[in-house]
Amino acid sequence: MTFLAKPKVAHPSLPKNTLGLTRRQYEGALSTLCAGCGHDSITAAIVEAAWELSLEPQNVVKLSGIGCSSKTTAYFVSGGHGFNSVHGRMPSIAMGASAANRNLTYVGVSGDGDTLSIGLGQFCHAIRRNVNMLYIIENNGVYGLTKGQFSASADVGTKAKKGETNFQPPIDPVLLAMTLGATFVARSFSGDKQQLVPLIQAGIRHKGFALIDVLSPCVTFNDHEGSTKSYAYTREHYEPAVHADFVPLEREITASYGEGEALPVVMHDGSRIVLRKCEAGYDPTNRTVASTQIQERMKAGEYLTGLLFVEPSQSEFHDINGTPDEALNSLPFEKLSPGSKGLEKILARYR
Amino acid sequence: MSQATATRVNDFAIKIATVNGTGSASANSLLMKSIFRSGIPVMGKNYFPSNIQGLPTWYEIRISHNGYVARSGRIDIMVAMNAETYAKDVREVDPGGYLIYDSTWPRPALLKRDDITVLGVPLARMCNENFNGVRTRILMKNICYAGVLAALLNLDLERIRELLAQTYAKKPQLVDSNMKAIQLGYDYAKANFTCPLPLHVEPLNATSGHVMIDGNTAAGLGCVFAGATVAAWYPITPSTSLMDAFKSFCDRTRIDPTTNRKNFAFIQAEDELAAIGMVIGASWNGARAFTATSGPGISLMNEFLGLAYYAEVPAVVFDIQRVGPSTGMPTRTQQCDVMAAAYASHGDTRHVCLYPSDPEECFYMAVQAFDLAERLQTPVLVLSDLDIGMNDWMCRDLKWDDSYRPDRGKVLSDEEIEKLEKFYRFFDKDGDGIPARTLPGVNPKGAYFARGSGHSQYGTYTEDSTEYQIVVDRLLKKWATAKKLVPRAVIDASGSDLGIVSIGSCDGAIHEAIDVLKTHGVGVNYMRVRSFPFTEDVERFLSNHRVIFVVEQNRDAQFRSLLTLETSVEKTKLRSLLHYSGLPISSHFIVEGVLDEVRPRKAQSVQTAAQG
Repeated sequence: MTFLAKPKVAHPSLPKNTLGLTRRQYEGALSTLCAGCGHDSITAAIVEAAWELSLEPQNVVKLSGIGCSSKTTAYFVSGGHGFNSVHGRMPSIAMGASAANRNLTYVGVSGDGDTLSIGLGQFCHAIRRNVNMLYIIENNGVYGLTKGQFSASADVGTKAKKGETNFQPPIDPVLLAMTLGATFVARSFSGDKQQLVPLIQAGIRHKGFALIDVLSPCVTFNDHEGSTKSYAYTREHYEPAVHADFVPLEREITASYGEGEALPVVMHDGSRIVLRKCEAGYDPTNRTVASTQIQERMKAGEYLTGLLFVEPSQSEFHDINGTPDEALNSLPFEKLSPGSKGLEKILARYR
Repeated sequence: MSQATATRVNDFAIKIATVNGTGSASANSLLMKSIFRSGIPVMGKNYFPSNIQGLPTWYEIRISHNGYVARSGRIDIMVAMNAETYAKDVREVDPGGYLIYDSTWPRPALLKRDDITVLGVPLARMCNENFNGVRTRILMKNICYAGVLAALLNLDLERIRELLAQTYAKKPQLVDSNMKAIQLGYDYAKANFTCPLPLHVEPLNATSGHVMIDGNTAAGLGCVFAGATVAAWYPITPSTSLMDAFKSFCDRTRIDPTTNRKNFAFIQAEDELAAIGMVIGASWNGARAFTATSGPGISLMNEFLGLAYYAEVPAVVFDIQRVGPSTGMPTRTQQCDVMAAAYASHGDTRHVCLYPSDPEECFYMAVQAFDLAERLQTPVLVLSDLDIGMNDWMCRDLKWDDSYRPDRGKVLSDEEIEKLEKFYRFFDKDGDGIPARTLPGVNPKGAYFARGSGHSQYGTYTEDSTEYQIVVDRLLKKWATAKKLVPRAVIDASGSDLGIVSIGSCDGAIHEAIDVLKTHGVGVNYMRVRSFPFTEDVERFLSNHRVIFVVEQNRDAQFRSLLTLETSVEKTKLRSLLHYSGLPISSHFIVEGVLDEVRPRKAQSVQTAAQG
C-alpha cells in the first residue's frame, strides 16, 4: 500500500551523492504494481538517475495521468511534489506547471493508453511547444487496470491473453515524436537498466521535450506466448542502435572518449552525451535518416533502441515565449500590476 | 406620409442594419463615442453573425439621459443599409419613427409604411462619385451614413473629426477620406431634410467620470491587475477578446524595459481541456493562472474542474456565455451555463461562481476571483455573457487601490514547512475547511501527491470509507466558509412584498423596469445575486417576499432551479421571467412580465413578449 512509509534509516556505509544523499532518499512509497512489472524497473532507473545527478529532491516535479504507469510517480523521489492528474491530460498539467516555474525538473510518466489513445492530442502538442520536461512512456501494449484490452501501441498480429488478435496498426510514439519535431527521442527496455539510466539523465538535462519510450512488459496481461510486448519477445527483438553515456558537466574533465564510433554531443548546460553506435550506419543526429532506419527495422519486427535522435540546445517553451530567467510564480506583485497611475493611462483610451 | 413626431431630446434608440465585413463597426463606434463625448449617456449593442463577411449585422444605439443601459424594446430610427433585411428592418420601426435608406436604388415596394418618415439618401451614388476602388466605396458608404446621422441628430462635426484623428493617428490619409465621407452625408442631409430631427441630442454633462468599455476588456484588465502570469485558452466566441485584451495590456505593461522579457506566459492551447489543464498545472505550482471560454468549453472542462475541486487546486475560469445548447448561436447572448457551471463535473462537486452585471464589475470580480480561488483552493467561475463581454457599456471609472496585495491563501513558506513535524496536505488545522498547501521547489518536507483519486486527510491514497468521507465532508465545511467570503447580493428594497431576483446582465433592464413599474403604481424590490454559494442575505430576501420574479436569460429557469436547490425558498413563490431569444433582455419585457402577474389580463404568447 502506498501509504506505508519505507524506513528512511540509511546504513552509514551507503554511498552518497554530491548533496550527501543516499539512493534511499530518492525512493518513494512502496509500489503496488504486480510483482515483476516492468514499470518497477523503470522506477528504479529513475531513482538511480536522479541520485547520480544529485537533483535537489524538492526541485523534482513528478507528473502523471491515469493508469498503472501513472501510479509510479508516487514510487520515486518522495521529496518532490507529485501530480497524478486525469487520464491523458498530464502534458497540459506539465505545460502549466512549467510555465509557472521554469526552474524545476519536470518528469512525466505515462503509459501507452494514457499517451497514445486518450492523450494523443496533448502528447503531440506538448512536443510542438517543446515543454522542458522528460516524458517517459511505460509502454506495454495493453490496458492493465481494466484487465487486458489492447492499447494503441499493440502490434498487428499480437495476441491478447484471452486469445483475440489485434488487427489495427500501432501508433509508434518514437516515429510520431520524430515527425512532430521532438529534439530528444529515445527508446529503451525496462530490462536494460544500463541503457536506461544514462538516457534518463540525458533526458532530464536536455533542454526541451525529451521522450523515452520504454518497452515495459505487463506480467499479468501481456507476457504470454503470441504477445509482441512480452519479456521474451522484447529481449529477442530489441536492437541497441546507439548507446548513450551521460557525462555531467562536473565530470567533463576526466571523461575520455574512445576513437571511432564515439560521438560527443554537447548539451545546453555544457554536459555531454557520448553516443556509441551499435548499429552500422545509424545516424542519431539526422532526423530523416534515423526515422527511415527505425521504420525499416520495425517492418522487420525489430525495435531499435537507445538515443535514436538528439538535437541539443534548442529553445524550449520559455525561450520562445520570452519569459524571464526567474520563475513567473516568484515575480513580485509590483512588477505585475500597473497600479492606479497605470490604470488612469489605460482608461484614457476608453473616454 | 408621416405623423408629426414630438420633440424628444437625448432619449431614443437607433438601429443600423448593415452587412458584416463592410466597415460599419467603425462608423457605429464613431457615432457612439461622439455621443458619449458630448456628455450624453449612450448604450451600444452589436448583433452580429458568426461569419467573417457578407451576412446581416445590426447595431443598436440607445441614447438615454436617464442613463438606462439596457435595450428599451423600441426602435425610433432605423438606418437600413442591407437590402436583404430591408423588409424586416422597416417593420421594426416604432410608429412615429424614421427610416433612413440608400436611395441610389429606389425601393418603393419595400417602404409601405405611412406611420413613419422615410428619408432617402443616395449614399452609394455619392460615394461612387467621390471615391475610387470597390472596397473603399463600400467602406465609405458606411461612414457616409454616420455623416447623415450627425446632421439629423445634431452631432458636433468637430468632435467626429477629433475622434477620427485619434483613431487613425498613424494613418492621417484615412482621417481625410473618412471625414470627406462624413461631410458628404452631412451636407446632403442639411440640404435635403429639416435638421435636426425632433429626435436629437443636446450636449449634457452626464458622462464625466465614466468610460465606455466592454466586459471582456475590463475582465482582461482585471487579470493584469490581479497579477495573473499564466493565461491559457482555446479560441472561442465570445470569450476570445478577453484573452486578446489581457495580452495587449501585458504587451504594454508587462515587458521588462531593460531585458525585453515578458512577465507573463500566454498559451494558445490545442483545446479547452488542455487550456484548463494548463491553468490547473500553473495554479498548483503557485502562479495566478486563468482561462476564458464559453459554453462548449465549459462542457469540455468538466473533468478537470472536478479534479481541481477534489485535489483543491485554485483556478479562475471566465465563462462568457452564449446561446446554447450545443454550438447554439455563438454570437448571441444568454445566461445558459448557470447550472453547468455550478455543478460542473461528475461526482459531488460544487463550484464558486461570480455573476458580474457589467464591465465595471467584470474588472473588480476578475481580481476577486483570484483571491477567492487561492483562499479557497478551488476553481472560481466568473459567469459573464456575450452582452457584457462584447458590447461597449458606459461604466463608472475603474478605480485601483494601490494598497491591494493578492490573497495567496494558505501557502506555507520554507520556514513554516521547516517548523512542521510533518506536513499533511488535506488536514483541516484551522477548522475552516481550508487546509494549508505547499508549492513545489520549496522544501522536501512539504512534498505531497496531488491526485483526483481517493485520498485521506494526510494526503495519502485511500480506498477506506472513513478516510474518504472525512475529506469530502471537510470540503462541505470549506463550502460553508466560501459563503462568508463571496460577494453579497445587491439589494434595493423599499417595503414592497413583490421582489425581483436576478443575476448578471439583466441588471440594467431591471433597474429601468422598476422605474417604469412605479409609473404604473407597482412597487417592486430587487435583489441581484452576485455569487454562488448563496450568501445569508439571499435566503432572507427570498423569505421576506410574497411573490418573487426570477429574471434570467435562458429557457429552463436555471437560476430559479439553483435557488430552489440551494435555499429553503418555497418553489411556488418564484415566478420566472425568461428571455432567451439571444438578444439582450429589454426593460419592456420585464415590465410586461410583472404587469401580467400583478394585473392578470389576456395571455400573451412567449414569442410576442420575447420580441420586446
